[in-house]
Amino acid sequence: MLISIYRYNPETDREPYMQDIDVDMPEGKDLMVLDVLNLIKEKDETLSYRRSCREGVCGSDGMNMNGKNGLACITPISEVAKNNKLVVRPLPGLPVIRDLVVDMAIFYKQYERIKPYLQNTTPASGRERLQSPEDRAKLDGLYECILCACCSTSCPSFWWNPEKFVGPAGLLQAYRFLADNRDEATSERLSELDDPFSVFRCRGIMNCVSVCPKGLNPTKAIGHIRDMLLSRAT
Amino acid sequence: MVTSVLNYGRSGVHDWIVQRFSALVLAAYTLVMVGWLAMNGSDLTFLQWQGFMGQTWIRIFSLLAIVAMAAHAWIGLWTVATDYMKHRGLRVGFLGLIAISIFVYVVWGVSILWGF
Repeated sequence: MLISIYRYNPETDREPYMQDIDVDMPEGKDLMVLDVLNLIKEKDETLSYRRSCREGVCGSDGMNMNGKNGLACITPISEVAKNNKLVVRPLPGLPVIRDLVVDMAIFYKQYERIKPYLQNTTPASGRERLQSPEDRAKLDGLYECILCACCSTSCPSFWWNPEKFVGPAGLLQAYRFLADNRDEATSERLSELDDPFSVFRCRGIMNCVSVCPKGLNPTKAIGHIRDMLLSRAT
Repeated sequence: MVTSVLNYGRSGVHDWIVQRFSALVLAAYTLVMVGWLAMNGSDLTFLQWQGFMGQTWIRIFSLLAIVAMAAHAWIGLWTVATDYMKHRGLRVGFLGLIAISIFVYVVWGVSILWGF
């Protein structure tokens, strides 16, 4: 199979280039994209990419495979390869450090900005703050995010304004704390988001939903945030 | 909170509501105009047209549509400019042109509607 990989080593390359590599695929076995990258790295150890858990939990190996973002470790070759060819690029819209490794600083900055922790100044009545099963259920589909950045880096609004638009991943987490009945900072959180960029740059094109490897729905969460902002303002 | 002095209402919710409300006004106005032209369009005379446009309700409705167009165009084009124009001078220049054009359209529209 022909694998075309984005290569860039700032120490030796003046500019990035695509390297075509012919990989002998084992017969009768469907490999994940990460397995194929590992096969390539056995022969050419200069190839750089991030990976850790290799089972879709850590979110390290987000990359762009044949034009679609996803986690290399849980994306079968049979699913993405077209005409026996696979093009692998780093996540779009972030600065490339080397090969498939991108600088995620701006992504984490947006995550930090939404204060991703419970804010509650009332002393807990017991040892912990209990939630009813119904209140806990409101966090389903929100807390599972692994911050792999597949969604935010597939979002044109995030590409154009990464310093101002929080992005789907950040907004999903913003809603995770807005929806939590143990959090007391709802009003402050909404005030931080009520500008023309942070939330409202979302145009609802749902690239985030189509690429999320965990099957989450940031567009829906953004809709909930907009409803909260709207009902607060009217 | 991200701040910007050039957007319409300095609040995302405000812009969002104005954009949707003005869209409704423009849609209703389009329906009325297209509907009236469909019923009267084939052998329309100047006097018929003037009579239609001279009615107080259509003058008020037209003025509302012009104001809605002004707000809608500003919010929409401000958004497009802040998405795609990364050079500040270019963006401010473009938005200045848009602002002047919208102002001219509003004044011109008012003078056409109420000036005869």
